[in-house]
Order: sequence, then C-alpha cells, then structure tokens
Amino acid sequence: MTIEKSAVAGTLESSDAMVTVEPGENGVELDISSSVMNQYGRQIKQMVLETLNRLEVKSGKITVVDKGALDCTLKARVECAVYRSCGKSEKNISWGGTIR
Amino acid sequence: MIPRPKPQRFRLRRTMMFMNAQKPGLIKDAYIYGCDSIMLDLEDAVAENQKDSARFSLYHALKSIDYGDTEVIVRINGLDTPHWKEDVRVCVAGGADGIRIAKCESASDVKAVDAAVTDAEKEFGAEEGRTLLMAALESPKGIINAYEICTASERMFGVAISGGDFRKCMQTKFQADGIDLIAARGQMLIAARAAGIQCFDTVFTNLDDDEGFLAELKQNKAMGFDGKSLINPKQIRPVHELFAPTEKEVIQAERIISAYREQAAAGVGVFTLDGKMIDIAFIPGAERTLKLAKACGMYNGGLV
Repeated sequence: MTIEKSAVAGTLESSDAMVTVEPGENGVELDISSSVMNQYGRQIKQMVLETLNRLEVKSGKITVVDKGALDCTLKARVECAVYRSCGKSEKNISWGGTIR
Repeated sequence: MIPRPKPQRFRLRRTMMFMNAQKPGLIKDAYIYGCDSIMLDLEDAVAENQKDSARFSLYHALKSIDYGDTEVIVRINGLDTPHWKEDVRVCVAGGADGIRIAKCESASDVKAVDAAVTDAEKEFGAEEGRTLLMAALESPKGIINAYEICTASERMFGVAISGGDFRKCMQTKFQADGIDLIAARGQMLIAARAAGIQCFDTVFTNLDDDEGFLAELKQNKAMGFDGKSLINPKQIRPVHELFAPTEKEVIQAERIISAYREQAAAGVGVFTLDGKMIDIAFIPGAERTLKLAKACGMYNGGLV
C-alpha cells in the first residue's frame, strides 16, 4: 500500500500507542518513542517493521508513541493508520489475509 | 492464534460485562474478572470516527488473547448505520462466540444479521452456524415483537432489554422499584421462555448504590432472568452470589435427579420424595440448579 495522506490511529492512553503515518519518498523512516523503550524498544521496532512489510508499505514517515501497548494493539494501530491514509479503513478489510 | 472451541448455545450466562472494544487496556485482561461472558462493544462506547480503528483492535484481540472459558460476545452497530456489515465480518473472521444485535425491532432485523453472518462464515471458512446471536430490545416495538425476534433464527441464544433507550421511548426514568420496566421485562421474559432461549436484564448504572443494585438483582432473580448485563467488574460478585442456589436447593436437586434416574431405570415415572410428587417435569429445573451450583463451586458431583 502507498501512504497517500497523513493519518493517525490510537491514543496516548496507557496500554495504547499512537501511530502517525505520513507520505514520503525515501523509504520507511521510523521514529519510535516508548514508555518502555529500554525493555521493549527492539521488539516494538520489529513488530512495526513486520507489519509495514506485510502491508507492503515501501515508503513513508512513521511515528510511534508507545504507552506500553501489547503486540496485538501495536499491530492494530499501525494497520489502521495505513488503511486510513489510503481511505480504505472502513470496509471490505481482508481479515485473516493482509490483516493477520 | 487462540482457536476458540465451538460456542455453546445454552450455557451459564449470569454476568455479561460490557467492554469498550477500542480500549486496549480494558480488553486485554477482561477475562480475569471471572464474568461468564464479556461483551466487546463496537456500538455506543466507540466514537463515530473510531469505528474502523475499533475493528482492527478487536480483530487482533480476538486472535491473540486467550479468554479461556469466558464467552466472547461482540455488540455490533445498529442496522440503520453503515457500520454493521463490516462489524459482522470482523466478528466472524476473528472467531467471536456471538454477536449482540443492538436496537433490534423485528424478526427481519435478526434475519438480516443471520444472513450476513452466514455469508461471513462462508467467506472466512468458519463452520456454518457456529456464530451465535442475541438481540437487545431497546424500543417499545422491540418489546412488542419479542417473540418473533426470539424465534427468528437457530443462532439465537437470548434477548436482553436495554433500559436506557427503552425508558426514553416510554417517557419515564429509572425507578427503584422497577415499575418503569416491569411490563417490558415481563413481556420479554415470557417471549424468551416461550421460544426456549435465555433472557438478560439491563445494566444498573449507579455504581455507588449497592443497596439499589442488590434490590434490582433480587427482583431479576424472582422474575426468572438468566443473568444481567454489567458495566463494572465490581458488579460481578453480587450477581454470582445472589444467583447461586442455596445449599438446601442443591441437596434437593441432587436427590431429585438421583431418585428419578433410579426410579426411571426400574420403570417408574412418577413417585414421591419427602412427601412431594416428582416426575420428569422436575428434572430440567433440578439440572439447572446443579449446573449453577457447579459453576459457583458448590457442587462437584457427576450428575450434570
């Protein structure tokens, strides 16, 4: 998928993460900050990159502000932000296909 | 991936607790409270512009969190919204045990959701007929049509009244003695029993009024409700305690079932136990008591 416009998903509440995606030309630029960066920074980065890879996002600026989200929440927020950026988040989602 | 066992249409459902499907902090550990069912909400708890996001969150929660024995029901958006069809798809794809139809008013509402669920079961390769349905009656029309709603689909396991919206329609407010909802509760219960499905009461919203909550529970139990919708974990224990049978009822139920099986094996259909007539009509009630007792940790025997 191509990030067409800026989009946000998630909140700054505890156990959640706020993910912002913006269009970009220079590959994936990732900016992560987390309340549990020291313990889980690498895992968060890996999960975000895996998810972007699955969605075939090749380029764009991705900002993650993590407040201790579980993997499943982080995935959901990244996916929703990317789908929103393409205006495709509302229906006919490929549950169990692209989203898994 | 946590594959959930096939949902049971009839099981113990004393407590059904609402959880906002959009809030990760809530849904990740909902099962630890020990309610019989959780109700992940895509409807009123989720703001209009977060409906899409709630579905992504719900899908991964269903797929990755082990809810154990807690039943997982999802409340979908009303049939008058653009959201409900995608809600059904995500519920079925995620493997939710059941779907609660909000603002249900007629058998055709149930049939519309039933058809969408069947389509989704085909699309996602789920066993056809696996996903259960329940309906929330929130309007006078819903109450009037309760029986046709209860019997509209093989998937239906229960109906619940939603007090807030119903009171608004009736131009009344919450009354401590329950007079505001007495007719609606009664009509819904009769319809549910006639259809052979379960019946659940509305939420009690004043979390500081323990006495009022208990009074409402007692009335619920006396009227014959199977359980209650809840909004806070602290409400679970009082319901489980109050809906639990007494020790005397458990012993009595145990004796009735043992005696009945013994007599039936010897070819006797009706007999007396402690001076009371017992026949097959007493068995479902006694079995229900023992099942409740088992769920409450009061009975460990093998009769049920």
